[in-house]
Amino acid sequence: MSRSRWLPDAAALLFAVVVAFPLYWMVLSAFKPAGEIESSEPRPWTTAPSLDSFRRVFGQQDFGRYFVNSVVVAGSVVIVSALVAFLAATAVTRFRFRFRTTLLIMFLVAQMVPVEALTIPLFFQMRDFGLLNTLGSLILPHIAFSLPFAIWMLRGFVKAVPEALEEAAYIDGASRARFLWQILFPLVLPGLVATSVFSFISAWNDFLFAKSFIISDTSQSTLPMALLVFFKPDDPDWGGVMAASTVMTIPVLVFFVLVQRRLVSGLGGAVKD
Amino acid sequence: MIRGLSRSSSRPWRRWSGPWLYLAPALVILGGLLLYPIYQLGLISLFHYTQAQVSGGEPTRFEGFGNYSALFSDGEFWSVLLATVLFAAACVASTLAVGCALAVLLTRVRAVPRLALMLAALGAWATPAVTGSTVWLFLFDPDFGPVNRILGLGDHSWTYGRFSAFFLVLLEVVWCSFPFVMVTVYAGIRAVPAEVLEAAALDGASQWRIWRSVLAPMLRPILTVVTIQSVIWDFKVFTQIYVMTGGGGIANQNLVLNVYAYQQAFASSQYSLGAAIGIVMLLILLAVTLVYLRLLRRQGEEL
Repeated sequence: MSRSRWLPDAAALLFAVVVAFPLYWMVLSAFKPAGEIESSEPRPWTTAPSLDSFRRVFGQQDFGRYFVNSVVVAGSVVIVSALVAFLAATAVTRFRFRFRTTLLIMFLVAQMVPVEALTIPLFFQMRDFGLLNTLGSLILPHIAFSLPFAIWMLRGFVKAVPEALEEAAYIDGASRARFLWQILFPLVLPGLVATSVFSFISAWNDFLFAKSFIISDTSQSTLPMALLVFFKPDDPDWGGVMAASTVMTIPVLVFFVLVQRRLVSGLGGAVKD
Repeated sequence: MIRGLSRSSSRPWRRWSGPWLYLAPALVILGGLLLYPIYQLGLISLFHYTQAQVSGGEPTRFEGFGNYSALFSDGEFWSVLLATVLFAAACVASTLAVGCALAVLLTRVRAVPRLALMLAALGAWATPAVTGSTVWLFLFDPDFGPVNRILGLGDHSWTYGRFSAFFLVLLEVVWCSFPFVMVTVYAGIRAVPAEVLEAAALDGASQWRIWRSVLAPMLRPILTVVTIQSVIWDFKVFTQIYVMTGGGGIANQNLVLNVYAYQQAFASSQYSLGAAIGIVMLLILLAVTLVYLRLLRRQGEEL
């Protein structure tokens, strides 16, 4: 018995180390002094941690501004798509109406659309809206692309709120809007947070749109583009790349770890329904 | 009596206009920024649309299926398509294998190793594709990376050869996408009654046998979902290829459809060819989705 427990435990720990290693290496390299990063004998520790790479990152090219831009884009996408998805998810779970199933299938199919293929028409659309080179050209498409999945996943959370509550609210004389925002919304909020992780990540990580729509005004760039400033194919500044990567990864990691419990249960719900 | 009363009186909120009112914002956004661009994509693919048309120097010209026939008679398109399918298949198979194996492992370990593996996986999951790509590239860097030192490969370049470059990208893709499979399948296994697994173990079934004959059939709906999701994600890989192979690899050896379409449209200004490639991708993924819907329906899932 003890042997059969010991072996899987060791295997799980080993896999944890292997999976975590790239992230460890990223953070480690971000703190290594220049001489140690570009060394032919890389060591898995450092005796002289330095902030040089971070200084270079924040000193160069308005990196702080790119960070703020990324936060604005991801924040707007998360808030707008959460509210819109909440309303839509309420509609498809709390009402029975014609075309309901058709709509649900459409939301499912919409998740499969290769967003990247739409870069071309979206480029012209954003040009016509006058949004090229603005953060709006990143926010709008990401709201649209995160909606189908958000609606799909929120369905389970809305469904889990008992119908009796709605009836009780009605009998107590609450208006529909009051029920929606003061009763249903707080109850669904945990699910909304879990769903938001996906909208946040897709907007935060976006590389293709940022590359295609922010063409001449670099003050509107976001983090992925800033990171690639340090990443010249022939002679990458690895210290800078790793420091910028660390700065870009930490917010997502924090967000993820905070909501992981809800995330797992939410996925379970989304899969089961 | 009271039940009947409450049932009939609880509905006045639900007038016919109710659902559509709630749906309106979502439908407007999806219509304008998803459906309309798809329509535009189809339209552009039927026209001759290059830099001259974009800048207004030349009028747009209707081409019919000319872009498609140009595409289909181009050997490069077929080789990119083949590479995309094979690469996606390899990614999906590896992701599922790793994800399912680790999910089973998670059910058999104590709390601390389980938490460690969960946290590590969440970290990989949360890592943005761009940073994941640069970090993996650095790990495998011929001059400064630790992997070549550990494996004693000297200054072997992983991005030089076509297969080793694809392999490196595959490792990164599996690393950042197995956590979704692992977490979902693990949640599914936990929902399987313990008695069922105990009975199988008492009957002397091996781990593999339990997985194949007990767990896999019970988890089929979940496995369908994660498989289809993986197919869709891995078929559309863009960032990893673009960053790790420097935009498609040496002499375009590592192109996949997405990067190919991007190259045609934004590097060569062949917007209509890029759009035609986009439509091909769309149709392939639509076919996958239809298979998915059929499977769901056959399993009696209610929408």
